[in-house]
Amino acid sequence: MGNVPTTVKHCLSYEQLVQDYPWLRRWLLEEKTITGHEYPQFVKIVEVGPRDGLQNEKEIVPTGVKIQLIDMLSGTGLPVIEATSFVSSKWVPQMADHSDVLKGIQKVPYVQYPVLTPNMQGFQDAVAAGATEVAVFGSASETFSKKNINCSIDESMLRFQEVINTAKVHQIPVRGYVSCALGCPHEGNIDPCKVTQVAKRLYDMGCYEISLGDTIGVGTPGSMYKMLQSVMKEVPCSALAVHCHDTYGQALANILVALQMGVCVVDSAVAGLGGCPYAQGSSGNVSTEDVLYMLHGMGIETGVDLPKVIEAGDFICKALCRKTNSKVAQALSRTL
Amino acid sequence: MAAVMRLVKRSTLTAAMGQQYLALSSAAKAGIRPGQALPEKVKIVEVGPRDGLQNEKTIVPTETKINLIDMLSASGLPVIEATSFVSPKWVPQMADQVEVMKGICKKPGVSYPVLTPNLKGFQAAVKAGASEVAIFGAASELFSKKNINCSVDESLQRFEEVMKAAKEAGVPVRGYVSCVLGCPYEGKVEPEKVAHVAKRLYSMGCYEISLGDTIGVGTPGSMSEMLEAVCRDVPVSALAVHCHDTYGQALANILVALQKGISVVDSSVAGLGGCPYAQGASGNVATEDVVYMLHGLGIQTGVDLPKLMDAGAFICRTLNRKTNSKVAQATCKL
Repeated sequence: MGNVPTTVKHCLSYEQLVQDYPWLRRWLLEEKTITGHEYPQFVKIVEVGPRDGLQNEKEIVPTGVKIQLIDMLSGTGLPVIEATSFVSSKWVPQMADHSDVLKGIQKVPYVQYPVLTPNMQGFQDAVAAGATEVAVFGSASETFSKKNINCSIDESMLRFQEVINTAKVHQIPVRGYVSCALGCPHEGNIDPCKVTQVAKRLYDMGCYEISLGDTIGVGTPGSMYKMLQSVMKEVPCSALAVHCHDTYGQALANILVALQMGVCVVDSAVAGLGGCPYAQGSSGNVSTEDVLYMLHGMGIETGVDLPKVIEAGDFICKALCRKTNSKVAQALSRTL
Repeated sequence: MAAVMRLVKRSTLTAAMGQQYLALSSAAKAGIRPGQALPEKVKIVEVGPRDGLQNEKTIVPTETKINLIDMLSASGLPVIEATSFVSPKWVPQMADQVEVMKGICKKPGVSYPVLTPNLKGFQAAVKAGASEVAIFGAASELFSKKNINCSVDESLQRFEEVMKAAKEAGVPVRGYVSCVLGCPYEGKVEPEKVAHVAKRLYSMGCYEISLGDTIGVGTPGSMSEMLEAVCRDVPVSALAVHCHDTYGQALANILVALQKGISVVDSSVAGLGGCPYAQGASGNVATEDVVYMLHGLGIQTGVDLPKLMDAGAFICRTLNRKTNSKVAQATCKL
């Protein structure tokens, strides 16, 4: 370290230190990059296009097209692809072919194909159709819960407890969703404590992962930060995911803050499928392509092949006769 | 210094100490950085009337431009880039530069900088009443040659002339550096090159340097790296970011810039201005979306978002095009 006066000089002046030891500057810069002290090294992408995306598209897509989409996505390296939803077709006609889709897709090894199961009936149908992972959907807003699934938050938790208990017996993992985590179309602002309560309940009941959803995309990095700060007091960060909607263009910035806080699971939809039922004509889910572009640009691994995702996005947009919502796909398809 | 201590700590860690260190490190990761160290105020530099309209296919009548600028003035924006004193041969959309400059209602407290690529442009600008000007350098040699037909060094020499005249006239000058995160011809651009050009412009006398991701290819990783290089040579208080949203990365890039201490952000109402290097793709980030994010973060801008959206709606109707702002799209349909 040198003699005392030199040491004092170095303690008082960083510039003097790196001047006397030039190799140190490079080492310090490398250390930041190597430890990646702000971001996870790997992020798991949960692709929700075939379910959350298609469920919110006006066009009802034929079963064959859904199966082809999922098979294309399976070939991209995506580790989780939400395949369909075992909700009554009376409420969600776009998902009426749930059993056919689940039976028709090619299940690639090491890829998970969770399906939504709002209640025991749905769960049993899902298992009969070959589901090996399911998801349940809670809400941080009472009004949203009542209007969306016709019961209070507490009542919905009782239903989910049934599903989770039965899933445990079948050794089927359950993912929990909390919607309206950053705002509700009916109640407006949502208190982070409310999100925390619901997330904790789902986690304590046995959900292995809780996806926190900004259902109407109103969140900003400020509200994302406050909400995550609250939830992380009760649920380990490793069990959290963010599900950001891009209705107000805030999704990538919100995801960035979540990553900075240690979240390493991100939900997204190929081509940004799925509009927002609360702001007609506006976008909904954040595009998987845009998320991947950001993560890869930051040196974060995902295991996903971006060009192949763009191809899958291109395919489904042609089938839906619509433009992609992904800016990356738009830019790359038109670069001179 | 803290980074040095972390290095020292790591090499002398025992298993028990290791656990504590990891716990501390997680705590440091878990929320201190995102929630703190953001500026209280951010100055928005509205570039719609110049950078936006310059890159739109439709040429907008002078009266419409004047109306747009007046509406933007009323929304609380502190800086509105009004026009460009580039030869109309190269940029026909800005041919009415003098009429626009003379026709707008200059609101007290608001700056209306104009682009001046050379001494001739500067003189014409001052004659038309400009009280602030801007000059445009590039961090990429190829881009400089293709865009303004000279090398980076040659362009900086031209700017010296403008700087000298501006100093004599008491006119502040803003400097732009384009291609800071990537070039359509060269690809990757070294952060040191950006720092070199930024430093030159700052040393010449530019009061502020706006760092432009001209083709929108940057991500929070490259933005962070670039800013770190530039901040070694130019004080962060003199820096601005000018992000394009071609790949949807703009808001995330702006957020990282704010976290690094930047407090000036360029944007364009309704996200006006496409990308000449990716036809049909978006260009400038939309001011509405930036303001929405900043206000959501509790950062003051002085901008009235509804009035801003009115201005955006106005110009989109005139251009017969949809807004590129997601906030504008969402809000008008709830």
